Formats: sequence, structure tokens, C-alpha cells
Amino acid sequence: MSDAVSVLGGAAFSGAIEVADAGLCGMVTLRGDLSDPKLAAAVKSAVGLTMPAARGIKEGTKGAVAWMSPDELLLMVPHETADACVARLDKALAGSHFLAVNVSDARAVFTLTGAGCREVLAKGAPVDLSAAGLPIGEIRRTRLGQIAVAFWAGSETEMRVICFRSVGAHVYSWLCNAAQKGTLPGFL
Amino acid sequence: MSTRLANQGRVIDRSKALDFTFNGKRFKGFQGDTLASALLANGQTLVGRSFKYHRPRGIIAAGPEEPNALVGLGKDGKFEPNQRVTTTELFKGLTSTSQNHWPSLEFDVGAVNKMMSRFFPAGFYYKTFMFPRFAWKHVFEPIVRGAAGLGRVPTHRDADAYEYFYAHVDVLVVGGGIAGLAAAKQAGLAGAKVLLIEQTANWGGRGVVDGVEIDGKAADDWVSETVRELEAMENVTLRNRMMGAGVYDHGYALGYEQLSDHAPELGGPRHRLWRIRCKRIVTATGAIERPLSFAGNDIPGVMLAGAVRDYAVNFGVSVGDRTVVVTNNDDAYRTAIALVNAGLTVPAIIDARPVADGELPEMARRMGIRVETGKAIGKVIGNKKVQSVSLCVQAGEGASLEEIKCDAVAMSGGWSPVVHLWSHCGGKLNWDAANGMFRPDADRPPTGADGVGFVVVAGTANGHLQAGAALADAHAAGRRAAKEAGHKLGPNVASVATSEGENPMLPVWSMPQGASKKLRMKTWLDFQNDVKVSDVRLAAQEGYESVEHTKRYTTLGMASDQGKLSNINGLAVLADALNSEIPQVGTTTFRPPYHPISFGAIAGEARGELFKPIRKSPIHDWIADNGGFWEPVADWRRPYCFQRDGETVKGAVTREILNTRQNVGLLDASTLGKIIVRGPDAGKFLDMLYTNMMSNLKIGKCRYGLMCTENGFLSDDGVVARLSDDTFLCHTTSGGSDRIHAWMEEWLQTEWWDWKVYTANVTEQYAQIGVVGPKARQVLEAMGGMDLSAEALPFMGFVDGEIAGIKARAYRISFSGELSYEIAVPASQGLAFWNAALEAGVDLGIQPYGTEALHVMRAEKGFIMIGDETDGTVIPQDLNLGWAISKKKTDFLGKRAQLRSFMQNEDRKQLVGLLTEDPQTVLPDAAHAVEGPKRANGMQNIIGHVTSTYYSPTLGHSIAMALIKGGSRRMGEVLSFPVAEGKVIRATVVDPVFLDKEGARQNV
Amino acid sequence: MLILTCPNCGVVADETDLHGGGEAHITRFGADASEGDFESYLFHKKNPRGVHFERWRHVYGCGKWFHAARDTVTLEVFGTYSAQTLTPPKALQNKIKKKRPDWEGFKK
Repeated sequence: MSDAVSVLGGAAFSGAIEVADAGLCGMVTLRGDLSDPKLAAAVKSAVGLTMPAARGIKEGTKGAVAWMSPDELLLMVPHETADACVARLDKALAGSHFLAVNVSDARAVFTLTGAGCREVLAKGAPVDLSAAGLPIGEIRRTRLGQIAVAFWAGSETEMRVICFRSVGAHVYSWLCNAAQKGTLPGFL
Repeated sequence: MSTRLANQGRVIDRSKALDFTFNGKRFKGFQGDTLASALLANGQTLVGRSFKYHRPRGIIAAGPEEPNALVGLGKDGKFEPNQRVTTTELFKGLTSTSQNHWPSLEFDVGAVNKMMSRFFPAGFYYKTFMFPRFAWKHVFEPIVRGAAGLGRVPTHRDADAYEYFYAHVDVLVVGGGIAGLAAAKQAGLAGAKVLLIEQTANWGGRGVVDGVEIDGKAADDWVSETVRELEAMENVTLRNRMMGAGVYDHGYALGYEQLSDHAPELGGPRHRLWRIRCKRIVTATGAIERPLSFAGNDIPGVMLAGAVRDYAVNFGVSVGDRTVVVTNNDDAYRTAIALVNAGLTVPAIIDARPVADGELPEMARRMGIRVETGKAIGKVIGNKKVQSVSLCVQAGEGASLEEIKCDAVAMSGGWSPVVHLWSHCGGKLNWDAANGMFRPDADRPPTGADGVGFVVVAGTANGHLQAGAALADAHAAGRRAAKEAGHKLGPNVASVATSEGENPMLPVWSMPQGASKKLRMKTWLDFQNDVKVSDVRLAAQEGYESVEHTKRYTTLGMASDQGKLSNINGLAVLADALNSEIPQVGTTTFRPPYHPISFGAIAGEARGELFKPIRKSPIHDWIADNGGFWEPVADWRRPYCFQRDGETVKGAVTREILNTRQNVGLLDASTLGKIIVRGPDAGKFLDMLYTNMMSNLKIGKCRYGLMCTENGFLSDDGVVARLSDDTFLCHTTSGGSDRIHAWMEEWLQTEWWDWKVYTANVTEQYAQIGVVGPKARQVLEAMGGMDLSAEALPFMGFVDGEIAGIKARAYRISFSGELSYEIAVPASQGLAFWNAALEAGVDLGIQPYGTEALHVMRAEKGFIMIGDETDGTVIPQDLNLGWAISKKKTDFLGKRAQLRSFMQNEDRKQLVGLLTEDPQTVLPDAAHAVEGPKRANGMQNIIGHVTSTYYSPTLGHSIAMALIKGGSRRMGEVLSFPVAEGKVIRATVVDPVFLDKEGARQNV
Repeated sequence: MLILTCPNCGVVADETDLHGGGEAHITRFGADASEGDFESYLFHKKNPRGVHFERWRHVYGCGKWFHAARDTVTLEVFGTYSAQTLTPPKALQNKIKKKRPDWEGFKK
């Protein structure tokens, strides 16, 4: 798989904060009955994490799991293991009504680093980006400028942004523009 | 003449001189000046010309209500027209030019309009439209166009950057005067998250100019202290140079922050548009002074009394050596007193009230200022500057008692609370007859999502014109806002403001009371748009009773100041002319923004590269590097063709078609939508969505399907593949993936929520690459991997496996009529696959081809294209696609609609092919087919139109498809298509499949 | 610029994150419908001045549809609730009745 490439090939920008292409990330969309213990067990076996609460995201050593909607999770695993993760879920959930699908390549992921991450995103997302409005451990699906995105804060100085691959270049340019030195409002 | 005073000027720093230019003239101002104060300090009283009559115009106000003094600022990429000098802070090197005159400000040819003023009455534009058409086009339009418009349109691309910022707070306080500061302090003390914004660079508003005392201190000191306290609060943010531009539904407000207008050297974004969500908004926006309506009130040198005071106290600028004050209230006496204290002369205070015995008038008299009560200005004498005023009795018709020499007039017709933000979202007003003003009605506020009022008005904006009452009101407003935002209040300790007591004002709408028609024609209401008292009276006389109609007819209040000065005076004149009362006539609608904001701020970052997101396929960059000639396809960019050096676009398309038909072509089809549909009810669901039967599709097979809306009209098409018993993959058009996915989810979530089906949009998970042409299989075999022989993978089948070491799914489907594969690979390896295919096909003549070759080849085969052959009114039956409509299914989306009699009509437009008589002539897109005799207007009966039209290099002649009334009955008929310049193209109706009807080419 | 609380994910969403979907609680009439029923299904919408039940999709958020009860004049939002219901919840109807005594009540 050495010929596999992420949308921006590892591009990085340094301004008021650092913006970087996070590279290829394995992602699996899992739709099903989130209250089913069988599904919770399958998730636990896939990423080693228990079910997140509504809008929650949990990150562990094997991967991460995010609550995307009442019947949808996003599992994050190393890129090369995404197909295996799907196979594992298929096997664990056989007989249930569910859908597990590898969406790794349909996405672009960016890492924001620095104290101003929240303010950079607040330039384009109609969301209360204060620490109270978007606490650590919560993922928010919304828009950034004109683009559908999801983001969460791993810490007060690191955030991640996910969008569709086709608009990855646009979102990267958008983030770099919003992160120009000396342009943060200093409000949050 | 105006000049700089030796002392005073609380906001300027005399140690920091700044050079600037006006119309090329070099001037000097100080740090802290506005352009207005700096111009006045340099004696520049003439600053522009009015819109209609090109009358000389001077500065009249000191804030955003200024109607006259608009200039062009900066140059080239930094040029911006129509900037108010009163809200423009001076900086080093500022360049400004006056507007609306030719050839020069001092001598303006357009001023002849003034002589023609009887030809430019109210409703001029409407009346002009009544003229014969030729007169409008040849006489009026060129003149009006030449004269129309304020300022000059910038010729360069805006060189600055702009951005948005979304902020969420408990309480937004608009206005940084003493009321706003007090309200913010109370809300802040209660623990609310507060954002306090002030449009100017300075805190304190009018209170600090007018000598108010708060808690026994000068207002200035109280303001500094309070600002320091607020800055120390964690939960409070203060922003100056930020205007509350608008209030919208559910506690949404726009703040317009000017970051570097005052200091261009700062760089960064010039403006930031704040999109603020809050629980409560406190508007502490103060009040605006009204002009008085007397003849000659537009002559440069006639100014608002409050502004005259502002220039003296804040900027140390005298607007004239001898200033006559004319008023109907006590407040204007402060101006007279301030001027005399600054060592200037006030020849008289002319007060329209019969008696003036309040604290301030008595103080003025004690200072030796002449006070004339019951008097008025008959007219101002002067042209480009004030020379004198004639004194008359207010009760009379204007006979002059005396001419008083002066070089400036400070007028005050009372104050109007700034109710704009309260009103933007539906807050209602009451007329306060005693004070001659509209005030917010606290019982009818704009209401939020919870049905409760979310705007609280504070201070002067609430009609409390005296400092003591204003501060008390603001204190209560701040507490109320915090409480309603869910915060507990602390102890109720209010600051107390004191100022001189004021006696009631006297509403004066005409000066003098019985001003003659001649005087009324010189009495301005709207200074920028040149609307006079006589115009509003004429409108009333012509039957315009509604204030909204009168506004549009006369253009009163339609200037870029939006009637901040003129509205109330205009209403009063209209009410008087209609023999009605002001509240009965009503006020016009207040709309955001409060004061013009830049287009840049509205656009935000969405310009240039970021203007519109472009979706890019995994092959995009390769295409860009290899001659791709782009065309937009929905939000994607796809290559129309791949141009080689020295090749025309048409040449490239022809080469690509011929090569694909003879050898092999490579197509980036990644943009096609791909949606997984899975579950026990997936087959049943797709049977409802598609017109064809999908539930009986065999695993490993593909089927072309059509989707319709409930209206029966064709909305999308594509190939469906059955991946397993309960899993399907639905292809959509390139533009349709999000729409069709949403369409599926809508039916699953809102109608058939008990059906067990999950969908996932996996469009971008895959790069999908078409390998097309007689040598397609050879290319894939050369790449190495799974068996793609005719036996292993027959037409309309698919297989999973590996090609060139990449995990792949190969579909054997064809949109060109050739042997054709579409290979789906993970998007991250799309480019690797593309390169491997090009390499493997080198000896086989492989070439990439673009969308135009794709289009021509599908048209040669008579395949329809959603958006070409469909337009939202076309049902599948119209396109001879009846074969794809299941007769067995009891229902599908669109079925009932297609049973309607209109849909069954044989005369509906139907798809046909067309062959032009001259095979080299290509019909224009959308050409209309006509028949029957010409009618009197030269038109014929239109029976249909061309939907797709190309030159087919494969066939060596032009081909077209068209939707023609009763088309399927017209085979062999010759139709006429009138095109430009009286020419008619004739074409024969034929079967739309032009090439290989038997499908032999793809069955190999 | 409305704000509505998505009952599916709990987010208090800005209008720009949402997509309006017109009147709620419309009964679909399919292939065997009479002309009158089909016409009313496709074209006869209530468009009331006052209390209204609407469909919204949290399109930039969780992607789910929900229903909202709203006053079309004042824009007051009485409540949001599941899209998988045939009538508005009784408690919501009572709440609206209390706030708008003149309301004629929910009618299909």
C-alpha cells in the first residue's frame, strides 16, 4: 500500500497555530442499533473502547470511536487495518441489521495545534467553540465556511477536523487562511 | 471659517501630527482626529456635492448620521467610495477625494441641475418612465446614467482581507457610552458572559462631552474607571471600533469590527464580521439630533448643535468664529456655552419656544449671550458658506426682523433615540408627543425562540434624554438582561449621574411656522438625496398617503444614511400635509445594517481561491498537469478534454473520441455518486425508489435504473449493482450523489422508518476509472490481476479482486457503446491505478479522454444525460425509457403522477434524433423547432427544442437529440429550426440511436 | 436566523446547519390514490399564519430529520420532536394550546 496517498500528502502550515494534513486515517462507519449490547461488544473488540454518549468521542490506544448520530458511529483505526476492522465487525454482528463500511479514503483529516485552535474554527463554524460550548470529549458535526466538517478537541491545544476528501484541499486552504499570524480575535 | 482651537480636544494628541490629503491638497491633523475634524481644522468646510442638484455640501454631523460628507478613500486596491468623513479616523498618509462633481468641487457643471430643479420634482424617475419609450432610451437614460450614483466604482480588486467570527455570549451590549458601560458592568457583576461593543474608538459617548458628573466625578474619570473594571472581569469582553450592525431572529446579531481602517500598517484582516448569538441584547445606542427645517439649512456651515459641541470639546475645532445657535430645546444651549467658554462668539441663540427659562438658558444669559425666544431663522444667506441668517418670528411667515452676521449655524430640532436595533427584528415604537420622538415600547419587544423579548433598551436610546435618568435606566437594563440570561443578581448599587435640568422641548417641524412655498423649496429634509419640504408636500398632494410610498416616490430617507436625520422631520411634514398625526402616518421600516458595512465584510473569507469550494477527484492534479481543459460539473471540476500542445479544444475532443473508438481511452469517472444500501428491506426500498424492479437483480449483476420525484419527473439515473443478498450499491450522476443520498434518507427517516435499511454515501471512498474501447481488456490484462475475460465478467456484471496489485471492483458497463470497464479502487490509490493503466496501455494507444468525448459518444448511442434531456418536466416515457418502468410493481415514487392524464397525452414532447440536411451543420444548443404559418409578430408555433447536439467524428456528420411534440409519430419528418440572422436549419427526425443499434461493439 | 434544538443529537443548531422540509405529518398517497387525494398530497399545503408543524433536517449535523412546532408570525418555537411520529406529542399540543388559546388544534 505504499502507493496510497492522503489528499494533501502531509502538507503543513505554521501561522497563529499549526495546521497539518494528518495523513491517511482508517475510518469505518458503523450504522446499527447503538443500544444493542452485541454492537457495543463489537465496538469494544474493534477499538478497545466502550460506547460513547451522544456527541461523544473516545480515544484509546487501539483507535477511537465517535458518536455521529443516534444510529451511527465512526470508528478510527490505523489506515491499513480498516478493511480488517470491517471484516471483524461483519463477523461479530452477523445476523443483526447493521452496516459497516470502510470510508477511510473518502475523508481528509487535519490536525490543529496551538492555543488558538478554537478561534480559528470559530471563524467559520456557527458553533459555541468555548471550552464550555465544546468540551473535550465531544465531537461536533457542523459546517466550516461552506463545507460540512466534524471536529473535536483532544486537548486545549490540539484539535482535529474531518471533511470529505474532495474538499480536503479547500478546507486546508481555508484553515491556513484563518490561521494567518496576528488574525485571532482573542475572544475565546 | 472653521479652524483648530488653541486649547481643548479631549481625544486628540497634539504631539502626534499626521499628514493627509484631500483632493490632492496636503493637510495636517492630529492623532485622534476623524477626517471630519481634521478637514474642519484646516478650514475645509466644502466637502462634496448633493446627489440630485449637486448643491455644495459641508459636514453637518459628527457621527454615522452624517448625510453629506462622503469621500473616496485611498487608491487602487485600497480605494473605497462613499466613506463618511465623520466615522473615518485619521491616519498618516490618508488620501481622500470628494465626490459627485465635475470638473471640480468648487466649480461643478452638474450644479445646473439646481437651475432645473423644477424639472426634478418628487417622483422624477417615475414620471420620466411615463414618457415614450424612445425618449427614455435616447434622451433620459444617457443623462440619468451619467449623473446617477454616488462616488466612483473601484476599478481594482480589493487588496484587503476580511473574515467572520462566530461568538456566543449571554449578553451583548451595543454602545459604549455611559449607559452601555453601566449596563455591561451590571451584567458582568452578575456573572453573565458579556460582549460590549462601541462603534467609535472612544468610550463614553455624549456624557463625557456634555459635562455630566457621575458619583461626584467628571464623567471622563468615571468612564476610565468603569472601563478598567470591565477589562478586569474575566467574563466581559470590550471591543471598540465595532458597530452593532443588525439584530435578527432568535438573539442573533451582527457586529462590524474595523480592525485596521484607522491604522493600515497593522495588516491582517481589515474588517471582521461578528456573528453573535446571545440570550439578551442591550441596546445603549444613544440618540441622534434632528435638524430644523428652515430655508437654506443645507448650506455648508449649518450643522447640528451637538456636532458643533463635539468638534470643540473632543477635537478642539471651531466650526466658525461666530456661530448662531437655533433650537427648540434646552440642550443646544450647551453648545452656545461651550463655544463661548472656548473663546468664540455666539451672536444669538434663536429659540422657537416662547419662553426659555431653564437652568441652561439662564446660564447662557448670565454669560451674556443674546437669547431670542419665540423666534426663528427665516433663511440662511450664503452659497458655499454661511454669511448671515435672517431672524423672524416663529409664528409668522418669515418676514425678516434683522440680519445676523455669522459664519456657522448650530441647529437642534430635538433628539431621536436610535431605535434601529430594537426595530430590526420587530420591536414596536410609541410616539412621545411631548419630546417629539419615537421610543421603544417595552411591552412589544422583538421576541426570541422562547417567545420572550430578547432586546432591552437602555439609556438615551430608551428616550431618557437626561443623564441621570439614562444612567439609572441602563443600570436596570443591565441587571434585567443578566437575570433573564439566567444569572443571579448581586447587590443593587447604582451609579448616579447629574447634569443641568432641562425644560420641555417644543416640537417644531417648520421654521417659521407659516413658511412660504418659496422658503419651503429651499428647506431641506434629506440632504444627500435632495428631498425638500416642498417635495414631500407635493407627494401628499399627488395622493401618496402611505409613508412607505412617499419614501420611495420622493427618495426621502433612501440615501446611504437611511434617513437618520430626515425621517422624523419628513414624517412630520407628511402628517401635516395629510392633516394627520405622526403616529397615524407611522414610520418606515428600519432594516440592517444600521450604518453601511463593507462588501468585503459581507463576503468574509469567501473570495479568490476560497470563493467557492471545488470538489477534486483523486486524479485532479494529474489532469491539471496534463492539459486538462476544465469544466464545472456540479461542484466538481472535470476535464472537458486533454489539450495537447498546438491543439484546439475541438481537435482534442475529436482525437479523444476516435482514439477511444479505435483503441482505448481512460476516463476519470470518480465523481459518479456511490451509495451503499443495506438491510433486509433494501430490495423493497429500491423498488420504491427506482422505476424499475431492483429486488430481483442477481448478486454480481448491474442494472441501469431511473429515479423519479413524486411528481413523476425523472430526477436521476445510474447503475445499481447487487453486492450481496441484502446489499446494493447505487450509482448516481456526478451532481446527484448528495441529493440522492438525502432523498433516500428522507424516505427512510420520515415515511418508511420501520423498514430495516441503512445507507452510506461512499462516493469519495473510490476512484472510479473507465477503461473504454476495443483494446480495454488488453490494457487491464496487461496490468495484471483478476480474470476479466468475457466469460468471467460478462456485460452488466461486476467482480471483486485485484488489478495491478490494487484492491479493485470491476464493473462491465458502458456509456459509450464500446467494450468498457469501470474500475473502482480506494481513492488513496486512484492515482496509482491511473498511472498503471496509462503505462500498461502505452503500446495499445491509450489516451485519457474528457467529458465532451464522453458526451458525444453517449449521444452517438442515444443515451440520455440527466440535465440535458431532462429539465424537471420530463418523465421517463418522454425519453423512450418506458422499458425501464416496471409494470409489475404496485407502486414506486412517481408512479401515481405518471398516471395523470397530462402525462399520458400522446402529444407530449418526446425524444427523437435529428440529422441535419447539411451533415456539416451542427444545430445550436436549445434551438427551437417551429411549424405552421408566421403570426403577425413574426413568430411561429414552437413544437420542441434541441437537448443535445454535436458533430460526430465517428459518423462524419452532425447528430442531435430533441424533445419534439408527438415526436415518436414524426419519424422521417423534416423540421425547421430558425437560428440567428434569419437562417433556418432543416433536420430530419430519426431514431436517436445513431451508432451500432445492435450493440455489437460492447459485446466482445 | 432561527435556532432549533435537534432532538436526535441534542445540538442547539443554527439555521445554517439545518434544512427546512416543509409541512410535517403529511400522508403519502401512492399509486392507487384517487385524483383528489393525490392532488391534496402533492399540492395542498396549510401555510398557516400562526402555529405550524414543520419538518427540518439537521443536514450539516447528525443528518437526521425532526419535527418542529413553530409560530410562523412570531417565530416562537414551541418544541421539536421526533420525525417518526404521525401526530405531535400530546404534551406539546397542550403547551401550544396554553400559549395560543385561539389555536384550532392539530388537524391532519
